[in-house]
Amino acid sequence: MFNCPKELKYTKTHEWVKEENGLYVVGLTDYAQDALGDIVFVNLPSVGDEVKAGEAFCDVESVKAVSDVYSPVSGTVAEVNDTVTDDPALVNNDCYGAWFVKVENVTGEDELLDAEAYEQLCASEE
Amino acid sequence: MGRYIPETVKEQEEMLKEIGLKSTDDLYSMVPEAARLKDLDIPSGKSEYEVFKDMKALADKNTVYSSIFRGAGVYQHYIPSIVKTITSKEEFLTAYTPYQAEISQGVLQSIFEYQTQICELTGLDVSNASVYDGAVAAAEAVFMTLDRNRNEFLVTETINPEVLTVIKTYCESRDVRLTMVNSKDHKTDIEDLKKKINEKTAGFYVESPNFYGLIEDVEDMAVIMHENKALIVEGCNPISLALYKTPGEMGVDIAVGEGQQLGLPMAFGGPYLGFMTCRKELMRKLPGRIVGETTDHEGRRACVLTLQAREQHIRREKASSNICSNEALCAMTASVYLAAMGPEGLRNVALSSYNNAHYLEEELAKIGFKRTDKGEYYNEFLTDSPVDASVLENKLTEKGVLSGLNVEGKILWCATELNGKDKIDELINAIKEVL
Amino acid sequence: MKLLFERSVSGRGMNYLPKADTGNRMPDEKYLRKSRLHLPEISEVDLGRHYTELAKQTHGVNDGFYPLGSCTMKYNPRINEEIASLEGFTQIHPLQPAESVQGAMEVLYKTEELLCRITGMDALTFEPAAGAHGEYTGLLLIRKYHQERGDSERNVIIVPDSAHGTNPASAVMAGFKVVNIPSNENGGVDLEALRNAVGKDTAGLMLTNPNTLGLFDPNILEITKIIHEAGGLCYYDGANLNAIMGRVRPGDMGFDCVHLNLHKTFATPHGGGGPGSGPVGCKEFLRKYLPCHMVEKKGGSYVFSDPEKSLGQVRTYYGNFLVVVKALSYILTLGKEGIREASGKAVLNANYMMHRLKDHYHVAYDQTCMHEFVLCLEDLKKETGVSAMDIAKGSLDYGIHPPTMYFPLIVHEALMFEPTETESREVIDEAVKIYLDLFEKAHDDPEYLHGAPHHCPIGRPDETKAAREPVLKYSFDE
Repeated sequence: MFNCPKELKYTKTHEWVKEENGLYVVGLTDYAQDALGDIVFVNLPSVGDEVKAGEAFCDVESVKAVSDVYSPVSGTVAEVNDTVTDDPALVNNDCYGAWFVKVENVTGEDELLDAEAYEQLCASEE
Repeated sequence: MGRYIPETVKEQEEMLKEIGLKSTDDLYSMVPEAARLKDLDIPSGKSEYEVFKDMKALADKNTVYSSIFRGAGVYQHYIPSIVKTITSKEEFLTAYTPYQAEISQGVLQSIFEYQTQICELTGLDVSNASVYDGAVAAAEAVFMTLDRNRNEFLVTETINPEVLTVIKTYCESRDVRLTMVNSKDHKTDIEDLKKKINEKTAGFYVESPNFYGLIEDVEDMAVIMHENKALIVEGCNPISLALYKTPGEMGVDIAVGEGQQLGLPMAFGGPYLGFMTCRKELMRKLPGRIVGETTDHEGRRACVLTLQAREQHIRREKASSNICSNEALCAMTASVYLAAMGPEGLRNVALSSYNNAHYLEEELAKIGFKRTDKGEYYNEFLTDSPVDASVLENKLTEKGVLSGLNVEGKILWCATELNGKDKIDELINAIKEVL
Repeated sequence: MKLLFERSVSGRGMNYLPKADTGNRMPDEKYLRKSRLHLPEISEVDLGRHYTELAKQTHGVNDGFYPLGSCTMKYNPRINEEIASLEGFTQIHPLQPAESVQGAMEVLYKTEELLCRITGMDALTFEPAAGAHGEYTGLLLIRKYHQERGDSERNVIIVPDSAHGTNPASAVMAGFKVVNIPSNENGGVDLEALRNAVGKDTAGLMLTNPNTLGLFDPNILEITKIIHEAGGLCYYDGANLNAIMGRVRPGDMGFDCVHLNLHKTFATPHGGGGPGSGPVGCKEFLRKYLPCHMVEKKGGSYVFSDPEKSLGQVRTYYGNFLVVVKALSYILTLGKEGIREASGKAVLNANYMMHRLKDHYHVAYDQTCMHEFVLCLEDLKKETGVSAMDIAKGSLDYGIHPPTMYFPLIVHEALMFEPTETESREVIDEAVKIYLDLFEKAHDDPEYLHGAPHHCPIGRPDETKAAREPVLKYSFDE
């Protein structure tokens, strides 16, 4: 069973998002990090980049795979988490702490799931 | 007919029988009748002896000059015997790309050593395992500089024309806008460079020594590019780097070049290798194979292909380059050559080439072939020709000498360590006879 | 093992060259390199031994069986190396006058002619240096063709999901969008999906036949017809030509251009990952777009000429010339009968090996295969936990190079075997025995296989560490 904290929202493409003081914090779920295996590189966007809900905004590399990460919301990148660039293993060890970006000026969001619905989705993909 | 199949026809029939078939043709039953080839229209096979004789006859039709004063991107150097001996080892020769690290440490380690040596030569941080040739390295470097907001690229007019054609071809298909930067007296016009940079400019490519042999003011150009948040790519001559300032020392972001000079014969254009190095910030944009050091589960040193997620077999249509092989055996050749020569030996090759070329310039001037450019040059320079360049070429060919290259009605001369005093004096005497 | 740099001792080394006898000039100080150049300082004997040791840690075709799928690791005849070492080929400058390199130009001309006959094409360039480079060149031809006809809306290349990874990457590099189409239940192109995929935007199709499952697509004529009727061109990925040379030609299957891998099909050595050669052939109507420096025969002599609407150049000069020399020697040796026998035996060996393995291993598509076949180890993994990787690594301990793993992507836990024609029945029998042993081992002692190999110079390397903390060169102390 994968860890899916109740307070977060999820996308069907395995990103998590939470609202925090008007900013939307985005990261990769436990299911996603497990499926990818050892993550070796996170290619983050830059502060100021526009992101669109449902569109890829960065990618993560494991030893033998590369995977796009899709934005749950539309808006502007306000902060990026450099610590995951420096130490990508954080995504495997603490995926809900190792956020990727914080998005501001959010104008729209993708279809988001609550923890229960997301758990079901993961179970069906297993 | 020569054949490399171990079994006799009879043995093959037995194998067929064992899998329940009568003839080899049965294996092709799914091939539509209309597509089948009735008769392959090529000659019958020959014995090894006959093939050798025929091929030798072809080789003998080519003129092997006793001295060569032509470079223009490809150079004749002395290659120590040990280089060919090592790279002819059949383990290296007959291995595939080292996907299975456990039984490929030889190839992997040799690439790791090659990468280290190329970084040393260029003074930059990261090298890939090599690409097809120097021109492809330059074209791939163009793509490394691009990003979402910058898709225009500047190239100096003083570039080797063969390299330019390749860069143009690569850029055309990806809609990268190429703009040429003018030259003045066969050196890049820095004022024109400044004029042509804009906020879409991703980078600039310059060679030093350039096609005409001249040393360019790369340091100044690097400053200009960086002030405009763009990158600078230098095409370099690897031997000259034992003597001249390195790309790293001059603030260059990406250095590329033709590695043929590092132990590979001219061989009518190939195989060669293109080397590519960059600052570490650009590491993940570097295309092609890269070997890294790690350990196995017992802590033993091990080399592996790494950063593979950048590559085509994983990214497929999202890959930024489709390069999959490198020129591994050529990279090993370069590495053995550099190890054999050592730092002093390589410097000696560079200094000899430099001195021979400058002596050649002086001697040519005495018989009316005056140098037409000013400024520092390494081992190639341009002169006027008092006689028609192609007439000169033909006359010298009769004497077993390959003259300089006819460039825009002038002659581009070249000397390496193999064009010592005796060869140069011979050339001068031969030219005198023509005059 | 020690690196070259760790064997270096200051002051050691050979003098291969005298000092210049033309003076002691030095460039001005401001041009000079300041940083120290760390190259190894090493005696010739130590240098030789260093590489002898490296050679012992390298598995080549001459070390043993090398059934690496889609790579055609056949025997590389020694005579071809000797021929390619002749001075008349190695000591010629690419910019020598044409009259002085007539023999070299004849090599290019003759090889072009022979390869055109083998592929059913009309013209061919040797400029591309590798298979992927050839793909790129072939796609540029297709692009140029549509452009010149003012048909620039055509920007989609159709690629089956079983294709080599380079196909989509090359298509994007050549400025196309990629549309993937699924395979049908027999592993071939799904004709319905193909019909639905084509349209006014179709620039072409990239296909290898036999495909990466080792299967010949019997609908090939229908497939190329669908593309042509939609206004697209058909590109043949020649990676698998070894299965069919002398028997079926891409040109007769409806393909308009092809690339070949001389380092696979035509027995030139792979060199640990190059130099290869990826010539591109095309039908007459595409000739005028080929890269520069084509060899033509005028009067009694050979001349270089640039095609009228050439796409430019993808590499300098004439490609990897010495590789072409080796391939020509090979083709002349085999001739019409030998080429045909080679493909037949390659296919026979694959079928023989598949036949002998299939009672134990699950064959992904159980039908007559071409030069290679794919096993699916999904069931074995479910049963025993032993993966395709574990079996592959296990075979290393027996001196066998593993088959291609985890490819094609449409087969799970795939192992793809290509024995090639130059392996004898005894070698294949021995390999089969080893794979059956490994199958048993998977059931008896899966842990042992998870830890394999046990008897190689190194065990499985830590690839995660290599990628997370990249060490890409040796660090010198000062």
